[in-house]
Amino acid sequence: MKDSLACEIVVVGAGPAGLAAACTAAGRTRSVAIVDGNTAPGGQIWRGEVRMPGIDRARISQVRLLSDTLVVDCPGDHSLLAVQGDRAVEIRYEKLILATGARERFLPFPGWTLPTVVGTGGLQAIVKGGMRIAGKRVVIAGSGPLLLAVAAYLCRQGARIAMIAEQAPRSAVFRFARTVARSPRKLLQSISLMQSLTGTPYRTGCWPIEAVEGAVTLSRGGKTWSEPCDYLACGFGLVPNTELAALLGCVLQDGFVAVDTCQQTTQPGVFCAGEPTGIGGVEPAIVEGRIAGYCATGRMDEAARLFPERDRGNRFRRALEEAFRLRPELAGLTGPDTIVCRCEDVTFARIAKHGNWRAIKLQTRCGMGPCQGRVCGPAVEFLLGIPPDSVRPPIFPVPVGLLSEDL
Amino acid sequence: MSARTADVVVIGGGIVGAACAEAFSAEGSSVELIEERGIGGGASGAGMGHVTVMDDSEAQFALTRLSVALWEELAASLPAEVEYSRCGALWVAADDEEMAEVARKQRFYLSRGVRAEALDARQVAEAEPNLRPGLAGGLLVPGDRVLYAPCAAAWLVNRAMGRGARVHLGVRATANDAGVVTLSDGGRIEARHVVDATGAASGGLVRPRKGYLAITDRYPGFVRHQLIELGYSKSAHGHDDESVAFNVQPRVTGQVLIGSSRQYGVDDSLVGAHLLSRMLRRARLYMPRIATLHVLRAWTGFRAATPDGLPLIGPSPRNAQVLLATGHEGLGITASLGTARLLADWVAGRTPPIPMEPYLPNRFPAEVPS
Ligand SMILES: Cc1cc2nc3c(=O)[nH]c(=O)nc-3n(C[C@H](O)[C@H](O)[C@H](O)COP(=O)(O)OP(=O)(O)OC[C@H]3O[C@@H](n4cnc5c(N)ncnc54)[C@H](O)[C@@H]3O)c2cc1C
Ligand SMILES: Cc1cc2nc3c(=O)[nH]c(=O)nc-3n(C[C@H](O)[C@H](O)[C@H](O)COP(=O)(O)OP(=O)(O)OC[C@H]3O[C@@H](n4cnc5c(N)ncnc54)[C@H](O)[C@@H]3O)c2cc1C
Repeated sequence: MKDSLACEIVVVGAGPAGLAAACTAAGRTRSVAIVDGNTAPGGQIWRGEVRMPGIDRARISQVRLLSDTLVVDCPGDHSLLAVQGDRAVEIRYEKLILATGARERFLPFPGWTLPTVVGTGGLQAIVKGGMRIAGKRVVIAGSGPLLLAVAAYLCRQGARIAMIAEQAPRSAVFRFARTVARSPRKLLQSISLMQSLTGTPYRTGCWPIEAVEGAVTLSRGGKTWSEPCDYLACGFGLVPNTELAALLGCVLQDGFVAVDTCQQTTQPGVFCAGEPTGIGGVEPAIVEGRIAGYCATGRMDEAARLFPERDRGNRFRRALEEAFRLRPELAGLTGPDTIVCRCEDVTFARIAKHGNWRAIKLQTRCGMGPCQGRVCGPAVEFLLGIPPDSVRPPIFPVPVGLLSEDL
Repeated sequence: MSARTADVVVIGGGIVGAACAEAFSAEGSSVELIEERGIGGGASGAGMGHVTVMDDSEAQFALTRLSVALWEELAASLPAEVEYSRCGALWVAADDEEMAEVARKQRFYLSRGVRAEALDARQVAEAEPNLRPGLAGGLLVPGDRVLYAPCAAAWLVNRAMGRGARVHLGVRATANDAGVVTLSDGGRIEARHVVDATGAASGGLVRPRKGYLAITDRYPGFVRHQLIELGYSKSAHGHDDESVAFNVQPRVTGQVLIGSSRQYGVDDSLVGAHLLSRMLRRARLYMPRIATLHVLRAWTGFRAATPDGLPLIGPSPRNAQVLLATGHEGLGITASLGTARLLADWVAGRTPPIPMEPYLPNRFPAEVPS
């Protein structure tokens, strides 16, 4: 038999947004639970660290935390199906707050499937998980402030960062830096980032065009050269995790979950906060989480006090998007034989023959493997301008046994 | 806009419409195929792809046997992505009563020239080690096949295009009275024959019957044959609002496709947790170890069901210019080629390889789709 849990408010995701939401809601309702797929709370950025600036830690003890628990389906009204190890858990809620965060975007280019080519966040995670990086030569390529954060982290772990290749043009990055400088906290953050990166070459308008064993070919200003490295870490911005919201029937707009001023989605009683509503880092995620926590417990006045801060966050999100927009040249890197779907080994030439996602899926099986299109979906969208189609349960692979228990 | 002309307009680019386009183009007819979504995007993209000789009635047997033979003729030309596999089917008997059914079924097949081997409990366990112990036996039908229908449909359509057929994707055919087909993009085609291959969307007597499937990650060798419980026919032909049967299929990728369910009166494509879990429980009952396999995805599709379980193939009683090619319920992937052959013969005035009467729409006096 399946375990079950019923809480007034259930938050999915224990990143900054989810923790902020849960701590805000705690104490005001009979019961708040956070369900999170990771082993420890903190989301992508904190990953179980003790220091979580902006989170009211005193309240965490009032929140029921289910770690290592992935929500995979929504079998009925006000109920979620989650998987915890080898058990299925049915979670019932009155109000739901989705804080499912984001994942990295990968772009296919020749060589991107080599074992030495990894995601920036992925490399950070395996180093946090204990892999030794000291003395290794790493090239970091892609786009966005995350490249700097990851480079700084790897530097502190003793890696030699050969280069940070940022695809965005210099002018855009400078404009963005000036926006950031208007917020003192962000300025401090970037200064400390930059200090730990002194001496690391940071190249704008620069991107990888091919990876081979032991080196990457970079392109900048019409010139190309080979940069030796043990690892090439790539990340072309973030993609929101909207699968659960879509499965619940929430409307998406331009790929993000649509919310009203209360952070409520188009499904009554279902709120959403953090990266799924817009990519902008920790601060907007926390503010939105708090607003969602207030609104889900009926405290609109308190929520309203945070609106100006959320507006600033949204301005920051727009500036970020503007500055690090992916250049069209990146769509030209894929050759006909470049694999786009790693799960099913589907090449670009096979995908490019079709005009919509359903045809791509049916005819080539792109997106039908274990990642369920999480990697190739955003890549295809960027390469061909074809957005992924509807989401089907389960949103993560689940053993037959856990999907077949009595409801 | 003035109307173009064509010998045959096929409405619907599922496996049935694709087969019809292929067959008519082979006759030298000018063919236009209209598909609202994408090739194979309807039931053909949702089905299991078991290409099977079925014995529920003589008529069903005749059409499916003809069709399996036609698939076999094409086999050598099918590209790898069609995943045509000669895995055979194993009907699983749980108890003595079902073993009696094995004997009956075997007699039926053998007396009509179809290979079928009765297996005892030990032989079944050897043939499929992941079935639960204690089953009574089974019937192996080595001639059954499995294929991947969306790519098969695309291949048939490409073949037709190679002979000059024109394909309109993303276009809906809205009217077909008096042989004039009106397209949602404003086009009009005057056709000598219109083939209605719109599947569950045909309307009239054809009712959509919802089915669920789930697919797992890759576990090569876990299942070797298409496996079906002998009680399947009860599920397929019963009139219960909702039924499930054990029915699993090995894909050449090593993935396992798990079915099946049947449901009337539901027209949304939602994957409901209740029926999904009921169907998966049925699979566990027969293959306990399937519980550990990871499901990647579950989906639904709609079979086109008729009152007597046989398809509608031939001129519409309401409009003789319209040829129906619909109502194939759970056998349209198999029967697509046979259906196309019957229609092509009918138009050419040739004697078909099997009598066409049992499938003629005029067996129902009224209310067939037009
Ligand atoms: C790979 C990666 C690395 C990053 N590294 C940094 C960094 O070093 N520095 C920095 O400033 N920013 C970093 N960021 C950005 C930072 O994570 C975000 O700005 C911020 O954490 C957003 O907070 P959030 O709460 O919206 O989402 P997240 O922190 O992503 O939290 C979402 C949580 O939801 C969980 N979740 C998602 N779906 C489900 C489900 N179905 N069931 C259960 N749980 C689920 C996830 O496991 C995760 O714990 C990184 C982002 C990514 C994707
Ligand atoms: C769960 C399940 C399992 C199955 N398993 C098997 C199996 O193992 N073996 C087997 O043989 N069969 C199986 N079937 C049955 C098989 O899938 C169908 O019988 C077969 O696919 C029907 O093909 P079709 O071309 O008639 O219909 P479809 O594939 O549905 O094609 C009809 C097409 O017409 C288009 N269309 C509709 N109206 C219009 C219009 N007005 N204008 C333009 N286009 C239009 C639609 O978009 C659609 O693509 C299964 C079905 C299901 C649901």
